[in-house]
Parts: sequence; structure tokens; C-alpha cells
Amino acid sequence: MLADQDRIFTNLYGDQPFGLDAARKRGDWDGTKELILKGRDWIVDQIKQSGLRGRGGAGFPTGLKWSFMPKQSDGGPVYLVVNADESEPGTCKDREIMRHDPHKLVEGCLLAGVSMGCTAGYIYIRGEFIREAETLEAAIAEAYDAGLLGKNACGSGYDFELYLHRGAGAYICGEETALLESLEGKKGQPRLKPPFPAAVGLYGRPSTVNNVETIAVAPTILRRGATWFAGFGRPKNEGTKIYCISGHVNQPCTVEDAMGIPLKELIERHAGGVRGGWDNLLGIIPGGASVPVLPRSICDDVLMDFDALRDVQSGLGTAGVIVMDKSTDIVAAIARLSKFYMHESCGQCTPCREGTGWLYRMLTRLGRGEGELSELDLLQDVTKEIEGHTICALGDAAAWPVQGLLRHFRPELERRIKAFQQRAA
Amino acid sequence: MSDSIKVTIDGAAIEVPRGLTVLQACELAGREIPLFCFHPRLNIAGNCRMCLVEIEKSPKPVASCAMPAADGMVIKTDTPMVHKARKGVLEMLLINHPLDCPICDQGGECDLQDLTLFYGPDHSRFKENKRTVLDKNLGPLISTHMTRCIHCTRCIRFANEIAGVEELGATGRGEHMEIGTWVERAVTSELSGNMIDICPVGALNSKPYEYRARSWELRKTESIDVLDAVGCNIRVDARGPEVMRIVPRLNEDINEEWISDKTRFSYDGLRKRRLDVPMVRRDGKLQPCDWRDAFAAIAQRVQGLPGAQIGAIVGDLADCEAMTALKDLMAALGSPSIDCRQDGARLAASPRCSYLFNTTIAGIEQADSCLLIGANPRFEAALVNARLRKRYRQGRFHVARIGAPDDLTFPVEELGLGADVLASLADGSHRLAERLGQAAHPMLIVGPGALTRSDGGAILAAAREIAERYGMVKDGWNGFNVLHTAASRVGGLDLGLVPDQGGKDVARMVKAALGGELAVLFLLGADEIEVDQLGSAFVIYQGHHGDRAARRADVILPGAAYTEKDATYVNLEGRPQRAKLAVFPPGDAKEDWKILRALSDALGHRLAYDTLGQLRARMAELAPVLAHPDVIEPAAWRSFGRKGKLDASTLVSPIQDFYRTDPISRASPVMAECSALHQTRTTTLPATGTYG
Repeated sequence: MLADQDRIFTNLYGDQPFGLDAARKRGDWDGTKELILKGRDWIVDQIKQSGLRGRGGAGFPTGLKWSFMPKQSDGGPVYLVVNADESEPGTCKDREIMRHDPHKLVEGCLLAGVSMGCTAGYIYIRGEFIREAETLEAAIAEAYDAGLLGKNACGSGYDFELYLHRGAGAYICGEETALLESLEGKKGQPRLKPPFPAAVGLYGRPSTVNNVETIAVAPTILRRGATWFAGFGRPKNEGTKIYCISGHVNQPCTVEDAMGIPLKELIERHAGGVRGGWDNLLGIIPGGASVPVLPRSICDDVLMDFDALRDVQSGLGTAGVIVMDKSTDIVAAIARLSKFYMHESCGQCTPCREGTGWLYRMLTRLGRGEGELSELDLLQDVTKEIEGHTICALGDAAAWPVQGLLRHFRPELERRIKAFQQRAA
Repeated sequence: MSDSIKVTIDGAAIEVPRGLTVLQACELAGREIPLFCFHPRLNIAGNCRMCLVEIEKSPKPVASCAMPAADGMVIKTDTPMVHKARKGVLEMLLINHPLDCPICDQGGECDLQDLTLFYGPDHSRFKENKRTVLDKNLGPLISTHMTRCIHCTRCIRFANEIAGVEELGATGRGEHMEIGTWVERAVTSELSGNMIDICPVGALNSKPYEYRARSWELRKTESIDVLDAVGCNIRVDARGPEVMRIVPRLNEDINEEWISDKTRFSYDGLRKRRLDVPMVRRDGKLQPCDWRDAFAAIAQRVQGLPGAQIGAIVGDLADCEAMTALKDLMAALGSPSIDCRQDGARLAASPRCSYLFNTTIAGIEQADSCLLIGANPRFEAALVNARLRKRYRQGRFHVARIGAPDDLTFPVEELGLGADVLASLADGSHRLAERLGQAAHPMLIVGPGALTRSDGGAILAAAREIAERYGMVKDGWNGFNVLHTAASRVGGLDLGLVPDQGGKDVARMVKAALGGELAVLFLLGADEIEVDQLGSAFVIYQGHHGDRAARRADVILPGAAYTEKDATYVNLEGRPQRAKLAVFPPGDAKEDWKILRALSDALGHRLAYDTLGQLRARMAELAPVLAHPDVIEPAAWRSFGRKGKLDASTLVSPIQDFYRTDPISRASPVMAECSALHQTRTTTLPATGTYG
């Protein structure tokens, strides 16, 4: 278990005020100027060495991403965009950061901005996060007042503006290019890639989009050293991570712990265990709604990191752990997720626009047992027609939960279909 | 860095130019890629996902329309992964598609139908209820069946990019996404009909053509449009004696693949108000008669008259063959008074460079600066405007205007309202002088709003001065352009249909008719003159529509409309093009040159040609440039025009109602509906250039 002195987010539960004074006492904004003066290459190098991977779900190495930004300025603006559109069902980590520890994010924006030569940063916050937006706005104002942002930020000679932009509550605007479109005032629809944002991003300028948690851990990594951060977890899955545990546990919680902690240990130690005991466990969705569900047999010993979960055909995603005990109607639960993706599909590209609705309708019908056994293969086929054929990853995210259901709970569906047929006969 | 890259497509190595997409590279390699949303003239959307191909080292199939081809790329278009992807996408497109092909106008020319045949599933696995979408009202031209829509967004992109009106968009999300105008209204673009063509399915159809015919029943004739002077290439689709629809034909030099709404939808005017029988005025009333009686009535009036008392005015839709015959007939009658400039444009028949659009339409894309003088290309020559907008969207193109402001769908710098501004441009004291001087390929366009004024000649001369001063005419570049609105005009000037020594022009002929000095006036489809001011002159009207002039006529000779004859028209660039007979003229109506040939016989001055071939030989004698269809003979630069006083009053376009400019469109109920709709339009959306 992570020792208290190794926690990055020391005010995750809001025990102390979020403001600048309290944040400084927690170590934020300490020696920021010196960090800036060490130069952008040093910062990128430290992040690379720390092994930090993007905390938004895809797990792309952050240092590598930052190094894609143009090294030589062409005189025009370059942007950092922070994705605070946290809407993944089962995930509530960025929200905690923004409402209790916003200065970590603000300072992270400055340092990340410096490392990429950014002239300005935009934080795109989910529309429903009203209090969080207020807190963050206040924190940014405090930082400006203290000379930490703006012209000559922290007295380093570096100019950096930071803006907060509120979204309007569309899940798709958490996709990085749809977020850029929305930020530009257009309909939130993902862009075609290439070109990638590092070449053509916000307002056609080079941009990097990062998750809130990714940016917020950066200052602590720079202060405590890359080796410290890399000391947690397994190779290629280093660092600490905020986990959000919800569902049928005794104490749902958001908690920071090391990467690679066993799933069972995570739940038993921090969330008070599964309701009715571990034996009452049906399945766990380990990384937010988009990743396939895992049955109990896998949950017993799987580790919570990118590679371990990938190896069991699921994913770490946002580390939103959704626990379901044996009282769960697993088909209805997955169908509810399908409904969510149907509702949140932007409608731009064919497989997702048409397929998400098809999946949802089939799942609800088959959940009642109305249908043929062969339709389970059709269901699998439809998920395969969506997966990998869409502009953005929402199509994949819609397909995976259904694939997980079919992979691990197909007998349940077969049972319902057979029972329905027997009743009908 | 070399200009070409090597890619491997389905095992075959091929060298392609740098900067192509994977799709273009595949097409170069002769591989057909199915697609819906991609359109070569629109921005890439990449949303239909039909063009997925496999690229080595990429775990997922890639949308070939949006992926730049890179050196060493290994592309596969014929693998199980690709086939599965295509089949899957088509299945997805079809699950909520109504499959009402038997009653869909797009049937037979539908991309979805065709691609489903080749790539699609053979049966439906979809058991749920299908989605239906409420139809939208986009005005009198476009009918909508939005349930059929596959959300390719071609129409949105067309409206934003080509037409320059940001009136269409997608609302709603996911399967509730719908295409429409946000506030229900008719699309206000003069190019809106092209959305029907680019819609790959039956969601947007032609409203006037709706449920009238099936595409395979139609006889297709490739022809030329005459409702403006652009000479758009069209295909006339007819069934039996009736023109069922008009669609564009590809011509990169003129209209690309677009046509204006007037060109596309005026054809219902071809069935209305037709003159289909000769008529003679007896007892104050026009009464049907046969051709012999009509000719006899003319002969009776003309015989013995001195040529000076006879005049002829040529209308805007006249073809070169008829104009040749008329010129020869008037010469035989000894009349020096013949004029093809019924709007009174101050243009001379020579030098040729003084009345051509010398830059050519395609040449606009080389220009970097454009000065509009009394020209409103959006409504005077919609496809010229489309090309100007295309050039604007490519960037670094400056347009300035002298004359009444209007929204041309791209930003225009206003220099002033009256022609007096030209003087300061001509002497170099104007603020624009520096910019014009620096332009590499500047051009100017003199429009009818300038040429039809009393100081039109002086404006033309000033425009020539400006062209010469700012290097608009140099080796390989001629930036001096005249914008015409009449399809007959350039041909008429080429053939020399202007008054001879001592002859009268249009205004003088009308005045002379009123004063009694002109006894006989022959109108070859000329309707845009003061027909009520012709005094007691004997008026012969040869034309196809009972429009303004026919009411005043003493004899009516029913002619053929442009879809009903093999005829030559010269467009504003000076490009002769041949229209083809698609349907026969109605009733007793005849091809125009044949009428004139028969009339000459009746008048005792038989014209020396009996066949179209002979007539065209005579035509080429009068104007050698007409001998070679589709070829522009560049006009040598010579001096022209006479300096004069420039009037400060506003230059106003003579076209105040785009939808009703000629006898055919005035007879069209559809055009009348459009006209009424857009007359009430109070606000025009300014061009924002968001998509520019």
C-alpha cells in the first residue's frame, strides 16, 4: 500500500481548503520558477523517465506525447489543452482533483506549457461540473493574482495564459479532437486523424491535449524526481494512480494508490470489500464503462495496470472500478451502458451512429430472452462491425462492454433465450 | 525531396505524385474504392467509412479518403479485412434505410443501390424497428426524404463551401442526427439544385421532377444551356416529346459539375406559353394561320420597302445559325439596321478582345486580384461567381467592386458606387492602385450594369486603360473581361450583328418605329425592348414563347427553343459550343434558321444554303472562330473604346430577379415560385468566410 508521504494528492478528500495558501502548505508552487528555468527539454526528459502514461484512458506515454510538439517556434501560438470533460461512467477522479486540489492542475498546466513552448492553456471542463468550475476558476484567479500565471509567470520570464472553458455536457467532447472542435465553438465531433493535434490542433495550431490527472501529477514528479515516481508499479506501468471504486462495495471511494495493485486488494483495503463478501462477486468493470467486464475468476488475481488488464482483454481505462455482486442483472447492466453510448454517439460516422442503437435494442430484447441463439453471434458480429471502423474510439468503447458480456456471460444469455422459448412453446 | 513516392497497392508497386491521399493513389493504380461521403470538390469528411482499406502496420482499417499516401506504404484493397469492413458499413447504412427503391426517384442512379449490389449484404439481419425522420421543407426546388439520408454531409459541405451559404447543418446527436436548415426555410443559394446531384441517395431529390419518370426511361441528349452567357454544359433528359429534367455535364473549363437553379429548373417553362402555330394579326387580333399565310402577310408588307425602313433586333437566346440567316436576309433586303445588343450594351463588334471574357472561366483560378465594374456575377453568371468563390477559397485572392453592393458569397472591398471611381484608378491615384500594381495576375470584369448605361462606352475605355496600366494584359495573361448575360451576345458580335454604316441600333430602331420612320421591325426572340413603344411599325416576332413582344407582333413565326434544335452558341469566353436537338419543336414550330430560309424564299431573296452544313460553312465565312466547336480562339489585344465622361450615379445590375430573366424562365411556374420566395427575402446572410 502507498505510504502517506508518497501520495501526490494529499487533499483528495477536501480536508483542507483548496486555496493557494493551503496548497502552498501542501507543497504546490514550491520552486516552480526553478523548475521552469531548468528548461523544456529537462521537463520532457523527466516526464519520459518517470514512465508516466496518460491518465485519460488510452495510456499513451506522456513524455513522448509532449516531445511531439514543435521544438522551433514559427512565431504563432502553441496550445496546451486540458481535458477536464470527465464523463466516463464510473469515473470521478478529475472531479476530486479540481474541487479539492486545483492548484496541482494549475501548476501542472504551467509546467507542461513550458515543456512544450505553449503560449496558452485551455482547460475544457465538463458542463455539469459547476462547483468544480467555480473552484478551478478561483484557483486560476489566485494564481494570476500571485503572479504565478500570465506575463512573467512565477518570475521566470515565461509568459503563459490559462483559460477555463465550460462544456455543455456531451460525452463525445471528452474525445480530444471533438473537444478541440467544441472549444472552437463548433459542434463537438471528432476530427479525422491525421493530422494529429500536435501538428494541427486548436485553431489550426499545434496543440497537446492531456487529461487532468496527467497534468496534475507532473509538478510533483518534477519536484520529487522521475525515479521516485517510477519506483511504484511495474515496468512500463509506473507511478501512482487515482482509482474510483463504485458499485456493490461497502465503502465506495476515490483513492490514490500505486499502479499495479491487485484488484482484490484495492477493493478489500480501500472500499471495505464487496457487499456480502468476495464470494458474492459477479464481475467487475475495471476501467470505466468503456472496458470489458471481468468475471470473478479473473478478478481474483489481476493487477490494476495497463498491461495486466490488457492481457485479460480488458483495460485500465480511467481506473473507474465498477463492482457488481451477484444480485446484478448483468445483461441489463451492460444494456444500460449500451444505451449510454447510443445516446452519446455524435452521429458523424456510420458504424457508431447506426450500430450503437442496434446493439442497445438487441441487448434489451435478448435480455428478455426474446430471440434466437444465433442472434448472439449476430450481436458479436455487430460489435466487430463497429470496432475499429470509426473515426474515434467511441465506437470501440460501445463495442467492448458487449464483447465482454458475450465473452464471459454468454451462458446467461443462452439460458434466458432458452427459457423464453420454453415458455413460448 | 522528389515529387513522387512509391507505394505498393495490392502487391503492385506504383509511383504516385506526392501529396495524394491513399484513395487517389488507389484510383491511379486502377483500384476502385467504394465511397459515399467523399467528393473530389468538397472538403474531406471521412464519415461514411465506406472507403476503408488495409494498410500494413496499421492494426485497424484506414479511411483511404482522408489518409495521406506516404512513401513505402503497403496498401491492400482486396483482403478479408477490407471486405468485412465494407460489408459491415453497408449493413449499418442499410439498417435504418427505408429500402423504398421502387418508389425512390434516385432508383437506378443511386450510389447506395449500386454499392450494395457489389459490396453489400444480400439480406437484412436487422429485426428492430427502423428509424424514421421527418422531412424538411427546403423550398420549391429540393424535395426531401430524410429517412433515406445516410448523413454523408455532402449537402452541408456543398452549401458551406461551393455555394457559400451557411444554411444547412446537422442537428442532434447519434442516431438522432438530422440534416436540415436550422430554422425551416428555403435554401437561398442560386446553386442549390446541385445538392440533388451530389446527394448519393434519394434524400434530396428534384421537387419538380419528383415521381415523374424513371431515369432509365429517359433519352439523354448532351447539350448547352442558354439561360445565361456562361454556356454551361448540360444533359437534357427527355421522354417522348417532353423534357423531363436538365442535369449538368462535366466540363472543367466552364461549369465543372455544377449548374445554376435557373439552368436546372426552368425546363417546365418549355411547356408553357409556347408559340406552336404561325399567327397573323387580323382585325386587331392574332389568329392562327399556316406558314404560307404568315409568309404572305410579311411579303405583302415588306415588298417594295426601302431597306432603311426595315430593322431587325436579335434577342438573348438566338443561336448563331439563325443569326447568320437573319444577317444575310437583312443584307438581301438592303437593311443596314440589325442589332444583337437588345439591352443597349455599348460594345462594338471589334476588336474581339473588347467583348470577351478573355481570362476564361478556368483562368480565374490563376488570378490573384479581381476588380468588378458594374458586375454582379452571382446573378449575372452564377457559375463564374462559383469559380470566383473557388478561387477565393484557395486563398490570397482580393476582390474589389465598383457598383451597387450585394453578397457575392465572398468578401469584397467596396471602392464606390459610381463610375467616377474609375478615373482615379486609371490615373493611379486610387488607394487600390498599389495593390493592383503588385498583383501578378490581376483581372477585371466589366458587367452589364456598366455597359448598358449611357456612359458604357467611356467605362469600357476606362477599363481598358486600367487593364493596361496595371499589367492585366501581358504575355500569357489577359485579365480584361466582359461579363455578358445573353447567350447570343458573343456569337452575335462575332457574326457582326451590329448596325452597318447608316444603320440604326436598338434604341434608334425603337425610336424610329415610334416616329414612323421604320416600317417593319423583325424581332428574333427579342423581348427585352420597349415593345409598347413601337408605334405603328409592322412587327414580326420569331420566337418560341408568347412573352412580351409576341403580344405586340403582327406576325408570329413559331421557332424552336434551345432544347429543340441543333445550334451553335458562343459563350462569354468566346467558346463556340453546339446544342443538340433533344425533343422536336411543338406543333408547327420549326428550327429558326429553316424559318428564315423559307421566309427568304417567300420574299424573293432565297438564301444560299439548304442544309445545316451549308449554313455552318457560311457562318464560318462570317466568323472563322465559329468553325471549331469547344475551342477558344484567344483574341489579340488591340486598342478600343473612346474616352468620355464617367457618370457618378450607381452602377446597378440589370438583373433584379435572377429567376425570371428570359422568355423561358418567365414562363416557368417553378421559377415564378422561386422568384416570389426570394423577393420576400429581406435579409441576406453575409459571407463570413468561416469555411473559406
